[in-house]
Amino acid sequence: MIRSDLNAIYVIVAREFIKFTRERGRLISTLARPLIWLFLVGGGMSRMVSPDMGVPYIQFIFPGIIGMTILFSSIFSSISIIWDKEFGFMKEMLVAPVSRLSIVVGKALSGTAVSTIQALIILLLFPVIGLKLGIVQVLLILCIAVILSFCLSTLGILIATFYENFESFSVIMNFIVMPMFFLSGAMYPVKRLPHALGLFTRVNPLTYGIDALKYMVLPEKGALSQDFPLSLDITVIVVTSIVFVTIAANVFERRK
Amino acid sequence: MSIISVENLTKKFGAVTAVDGISFEVEQGSIFGFLGPNGAGKTTTISILCTLLSPTSGMALIDGHDCMRESSEVRKQLGIVFQDNTLDKELTAYENLLFHSYLYSIPKGERGERIKDALNFVGLYERKSEPVKRFSGGMKRRLEVARSIVHQPKVLFLDEPTLGLDPQSRTNLWEFIAKLPAKHDVTIFMTTHYMEEAEICNKIAVIDKGKIIAQGSPEDLKKMVGGDVVYLRTKDNKQAIAEIKKSLGLDAEERDGEIFIASVSKGEACIPVLIQSLADMVVSVRLQRPTLNDVFLKLTGKAMRPETVSGGGEMKDAIRSYRRKFDK
Repeated sequence: MIRSDLNAIYVIVAREFIKFTRERGRLISTLARPLIWLFLVGGGMSRMVSPDMGVPYIQFIFPGIIGMTILFSSIFSSISIIWDKEFGFMKEMLVAPVSRLSIVVGKALSGTAVSTIQALIILLLFPVIGLKLGIVQVLLILCIAVILSFCLSTLGILIATFYENFESFSVIMNFIVMPMFFLSGAMYPVKRLPHALGLFTRVNPLTYGIDALKYMVLPEKGALSQDFPLSLDITVIVVTSIVFVTIAANVFERRK
Repeated sequence: MSIISVENLTKKFGAVTAVDGISFEVEQGSIFGFLGPNGAGKTTTISILCTLLSPTSGMALIDGHDCMRESSEVRKQLGIVFQDNTLDKELTAYENLLFHSYLYSIPKGERGERIKDALNFVGLYERKSEPVKRFSGGMKRRLEVARSIVHQPKVLFLDEPTLGLDPQSRTNLWEFIAKLPAKHDVTIFMTTHYMEEAEICNKIAVIDKGKIIAQGSPEDLKKMVGGDVVYLRTKDNKQAIAEIKKSLGLDAEERDGEIFIASVSKGEACIPVLIQSLADMVVSVRLQRPTLNDVFLKLTGKAMRPETVSGGGEMKDAIRSYRRKFDK
């Protein structure tokens, strides 16, 4: 039982990896978005936003850009479930003698692997924007990237279970992914937001991920760099991951 | 011994009853055909049997395991070729089968050999390293058949396996399918709306509007519409008809210059007798056997061509839109 589930998880991740390495275009296009935001938005805003936060704006948003990379690539990777449904491949997995949980975990780990790699590529740009990070910091940032990627991948799976076809794609982009990004503290500190918007950021798991990344990237940069204690960040990420996996596995288990 | 038993199976999608209290048994090692127009409930029945849908009521057992309660046991025994293509077109033929053998926990040492055998069986081994997107429709279908037997299932479901294929690929595919029960010791459950494809079945259930309206071997079913029909051309039809009535006791009449003898019990045995008794009068003889299409026509009052079957498409749409609603 356990063995067959591990086989399933392994092969689902392997499939995603093979496809990821074959589609070079996908890697380039998913890396283009954070690069545009970092250099075109961050670079431009640096001239306007006053440096009272103690760090240049482009450095301030760096953790947010890593969070953005993870958000988009995790959600997109998980949303491939909709493709699998549309092209029928999902049935191949659903009629196999493996638990639904292993399918969900396999898909989530696929997203985790793919988006951690992309986050690492963006992270390695730190010298370009004038940041100094030690090897320990880089490793810790990678750890946060892994758990945040897993969390957002499971969220993506949950979203994908409710949609059947491609038309839903732009709905997911415009009404879920973009608002999640803007209400995550990636571009501005959560503390200074108006109360109503602040509420939204607090129910957004990405907020806590980016907060933890800020802690790792800018550990000593004063009041503006971080909004929550690190332990709360990690707890929220882990707990929401477990909740999302459980719900998604149950939705998959349910037959009509 | 029956490997599939279904009793009083019913499936409702909202107000639409897709499967309406059907019962049947499938013998181990046989080919069982589910014959009916689009929207008759064939795919819904298969989906229940392969644990993708749960029935509204009734019972379905595969190899003694309940499709609802022991779904993981049931899944191990099944191989399925779905109506729609379910291959990953970005992966190669070999990778698709490898993915499958991991999902079915085929031991590491056997994977390579089994995949090779399956690909050889459908004649695709030479093209194993090509991405599936380059395959033709017929090749994709054959690859799906290969994939469905890699884990040596006890029951193989084929849901309209030849849908959308050209006649040559269809014939080609049936050659492989017909060889399966003997070669791989597997029971086949297939659905089709092509009458001629159902001829290879040992047993057929005719389904229409969710109900099984007849069951039996193709021969049994054809007997329902009467026997063979013999057509004769003779030098003198009137004299021949009189002779046939007098010495053979058969009912004959003339139609369009031909003599038409209906409901002959053994057509091929009847021909020599006819020729003998009519001496030198016979110019040509033609034997026509009843087809399953005649059976369907008799049972439902309509021919079994998809385009002439009204209601099927609507039923399918109704089920689809219900599924969508349910998903949201």
